[in-house]
Amino acid sequence: MRPVLSLRDLDVTYPNGVVGCAGVNLDVMPGEVLGLVGESGSGKSTVLNAIALTAPVTRGSARFESPKRGPLALFELNGQDRRWLRQREIGMVHQNPRMVLNLDLSAGANIAEALLVADWRHYGRIRERAQELLLRVEMDLARMDDLPRRFSGGMQQRVQLAKALANSPALLLLDEPTGGLDVSIQARLLDLIRELSRELGTAMLLVSHDLEVIRLLARRTLVMQRGRVVEAGLTDQILEDPQDPYTQLLVHSRLT
Amino acid sequence: MSYSFAFLDEQSKRCVRRALLKAVALPGYQVPFVSRELPISYGWGTGGIQTTCALLGKSDVLKVIDQGADDSVNALNIKRFFAKTAGIRTTTLTAEASIIQTRHRIPEERLRADQILVFQVPYPEPLRRVEPRETETRRMHAEADYGRMYVALYEDIVRHGEITLPWQYPALVNGRYLLSPSPIPRFDNPKLHQADCLFLFGAGREKRVYAVPPHTDVHSLGFEDHPFRVESFAGRRCSRCGSTDTYLDEVIVDADGRRQHQCSDTAFCLRRRQDPAVPRGWGHDHPAGVAVEARR
Repeated sequence: MRPVLSLRDLDVTYPNGVVGCAGVNLDVMPGEVLGLVGESGSGKSTVLNAIALTAPVTRGSARFESPKRGPLALFELNGQDRRWLRQREIGMVHQNPRMVLNLDLSAGANIAEALLVADWRHYGRIRERAQELLLRVEMDLARMDDLPRRFSGGMQQRVQLAKALANSPALLLLDEPTGGLDVSIQARLLDLIRELSRELGTAMLLVSHDLEVIRLLARRTLVMQRGRVVEAGLTDQILEDPQDPYTQLLVHSRLT
Repeated sequence: MSYSFAFLDEQSKRCVRRALLKAVALPGYQVPFVSRELPISYGWGTGGIQTTCALLGKSDVLKVIDQGADDSVNALNIKRFFAKTAGIRTTTLTAEASIIQTRHRIPEERLRADQILVFQVPYPEPLRRVEPRETETRRMHAEADYGRMYVALYEDIVRHGEITLPWQYPALVNGRYLLSPSPIPRFDNPKLHQADCLFLFGAGREKRVYAVPPHTDVHSLGFEDHPFRVESFAGRRCSRCGSTDTYLDEVIVDADGRRQHQCSDTAFCLRRRQDPAVPRGWGHDHPAGVAVEARR
């Protein structure tokens, strides 16, 4: 089985000289949820943004198995192909849904937008697909034509998730998807993401600073510190028997 | 005091002409141009006036329309401006004019191959409605990334059950560039498709010109199951000439608030009153019944 995404020797140095990450290798296998954990500033979001093609990659390669176009060298694509991929095959869920949702458009229109940029042109079918997606993320269809501005944070996050899944991406990138939410909403959203991963078989790369989130969702995990991967392996193993001193610190500083 | 012919100096007119030639070569593409100072302010038709300045020759006959009428203040003043600075003949008859400058309408009478229609455009960028950043709209045009334009139409159908966008209805030109047809009612959009005449669009404040050359495809956006449609005036007729196939304005005629409909194109209304059999000449059929895609 070939990985959906294969990242080799990734270096990201920002224009101001700050090193975002260095020498990162990872593989995301079909259908798996891979966790990426570490403290703030450890470079996990940098890795995610590099894959989403929004961070300045200094060195390294990424091979993406595109369902439509076959294997692609991500970092060698031009702007138009990058956009094509982001709009169809690599989905992204941000911590803050306002990064993605247009709060002046209805929830349905926000999802419709994702379908429209992927050349859907049949109103009835767009409506149907949007309803299907909203049901998928357990939203009340009565709210479909309401503005997300009036939604709770949890509901906004569900709409964002529905939008990210609109074109059935081969890879879903999740950046602290439950970051701003209270504990009970967080738990329900995590359940939902786990279900989606199981039912849709979408490969996911999950970034979180929260070991609980990682433990619930990710079978395999990478631990990052200061831009480098310090430990990688099965999540349970890492949590039960951390080898790297930083991982040990991280695991033991968990509130229980 | 004397003026250059048609007010602008020859070098400036050449600049405008160069931009216009490029616009004709790239149908629907917005070409930047110099946009000189005029003795009127932006918003009063400076883009259209400069285009007309660049086009006028001594033998041209000019017609100016504002809100469909030849006798409104703006139309009269622009005509007077060119009569004074170029000494050319002006007219209210569509068939007699070689250049027609307009703001809100395309004449009901079909234009011929030897006629040019010049639009005064307030908002040349059709994508501005969905994207405020200029850098981004340029990229969207370059990549023919027009999907988001449909979001506005989607919301319209959700709210009203049909597309109700009344004016500035976006259209795809020659299968490539999305164009804002200026503030004409969508009733006039089909006239842009495969016309015999040349359409030129000038936006003075935004410093852009664009064009629809003769015999060019112009498809108004729509969904496969909600195609573009023009406004319907079913059951109404012009109270002056009796027309049922023209764009009608609703006017209040007395102190009791009684309403009547009448042709927005005053020149055409006059002709119909003289001869009710005068045809419009534009077909009503619009081939954009199905959704069209921009070539990438």
